[in-house]
Amino acid sequence: MAVRLTVELATLTTAILLIVGTPVAWWLARSRAWYKEAVAAIVALPLVLPPTVLGFYLLVTLGPSGPGGALASLWGARTLAFTFEGLVIGSVVYSLPFVVQPIRNAFEAMGDRPLEVAATLRASPWRSFWTVAVPLARPGFLTGAVLGFAHTVGEFGVVLMIGGNIPGETKVLSVAIYDYVEALRWREANILAGGMVVFAFIVILSMMLIEKRMRRAGE
Amino acid sequence: MSVRPAIEVAFAGELGKFRLDARFDAPGKGITALFGPSGCGKTSVLRCIAGLQRLGGACRVAGEVWQDGDVFLPPHRRAVGYVFQEASLFPHMSVRANLLYSSHGKVLPSASGRIGFDEVVDLLGLDALMGRATQHLSGGERQRVAVGRALLSQPRLLLMDEPLSALDRQSRDEILPFLERLHDTLEIPAFYVTHDMAEVERLADHLVLMRAGKVEAAGPLGGIQADVDLSLARQREAAVSLDAVVAGYDRRYGLARLDVAGGSFLVPSAAEHPVGTGARLRIGAGEVSLAREAPHATSILNLLPARILQARPIDEREMILVLGLGAEGDGATLLARLTRMSWDHLGLAPGMAVVAQVKSAALSLR
Repeated sequence: MAVRLTVELATLTTAILLIVGTPVAWWLARSRAWYKEAVAAIVALPLVLPPTVLGFYLLVTLGPSGPGGALASLWGARTLAFTFEGLVIGSVVYSLPFVVQPIRNAFEAMGDRPLEVAATLRASPWRSFWTVAVPLARPGFLTGAVLGFAHTVGEFGVVLMIGGNIPGETKVLSVAIYDYVEALRWREANILAGGMVVFAFIVILSMMLIEKRMRRAGE
Repeated sequence: MSVRPAIEVAFAGELGKFRLDARFDAPGKGITALFGPSGCGKTSVLRCIAGLQRLGGACRVAGEVWQDGDVFLPPHRRAVGYVFQEASLFPHMSVRANLLYSSHGKVLPSASGRIGFDEVVDLLGLDALMGRATQHLSGGERQRVAVGRALLSQPRLLLMDEPLSALDRQSRDEILPFLERLHDTLEIPAFYVTHDMAEVERLADHLVLMRAGKVEAAGPLGGIQADVDLSLARQREAAVSLDAVVAGYDRRYGLARLDVAGGSFLVPSAAEHPVGTGARLRIGAGEVSLAREAPHATSILNLLPARILQARPIDEREMILVLGLGAEGDGATLLARLTRMSWDHLGLAPGMAVVAQVKSAALSLR
């Protein structure tokens, strides 16, 4: 059950991250605003903050008296904390830098030229974004998606703070392992932890292989 | 009736370390070269015309206002074709998809006033490249695809920013004939940025001389080349480009006869070309010497009656002369560089009838 929940959470989070992260990455790559790097720093904060700090603020935000509670009241719930939805929101915030950074790098590496070419070929900014920028930044999207997914699977501190430990709702893999260890059920902990190691290995390896192939195709 | 020039350009603004203040007009036909040393603002002018860069000013092309006051059409709303210094093909698309990008992948049915797909493929010799991945093309091939791609966007003005400068000698020689063919076939005007005088001499009909952000002179190529008040005519490599027509071929000696206004030239040519073919002759100022009357025994083939129109000293040793071909001097214009000693010894003066001896002329066929 924990495995399915984890996969669901990570998939949904990754999808939202790509939708939210792409415009952010695009803006960070293309904007000349003076406050650009400040925004970049805010996006990158989860990289350095202890997960418990992030989790604490998320708990306050998502709780009954925060904006998350107001949002939840739209469908009659009292709070977003300790729910699957809350966990998704938390994961999105927590993993955002892992998705934004590679996509931003890919947009920046591409330079202005391909977009200028597209513009002189009558492509609107919208068309050149979809037909030139996105395809050229594909390796960045792939890296971002994989990192976002893997990072969501691996999170622990934030989940514990805002998700609690509700089976079927918020009890994800990393928390389940913690539980087994607490209960001295080493065998089950071992299976899950071993599975995570294999998963992480496969993710990193396939990412490196795909990147290598893409780079070769790009030459 | 005075006709409004087809293309009007006027840009002014700060550009990094200097001030750009470029205004000139250009005709709606032929190639206008923007020539000047690196960093004089030629490329910026081109980028401003395309709308890729914004400076204050105005730009009108073929009756359409692209920029004026608050009016500023974004680049994709301007009927411009842009060939960048590096071909900049889309690496994730095939040659064909690159060519058809502006028409959303469709081959549009040919119509009058539209540049057809087959026409472009034929003109630029792209047939053999069609199935290849852009990564496997040579530099010259890429640039040909880039030119074709720009043409197929149906521009009212083609802009080329040093399209040959990133290529090696061999690719350059390979692509130049294509550009010359383009020049003769296409109706649309083109701006061609370069710092290589050889390209100007072969391709341009009009010339805009730029220096440090300013336009030094603008006008028909021949007029600017032979303007002794400009720096161009005083340079060591000064030359004129003459548009000529093939009038015959001497098979025994491998010499082509070429007619220009007021005279004709014999030029070595490995191949015979049909009479009537257009050609361009380059005649360097240093290849022309003068005689008061026709010498009766000389190895020089080209002896043309001409008149001295203008003369200016270059320094204390040399002079630059403008000659008009023909007994009256009303034919094509040549430049000649002489020592002041020769000038004095021959007793030359403006208006005098002379014989121009042209030692060699470079020929490029159209």
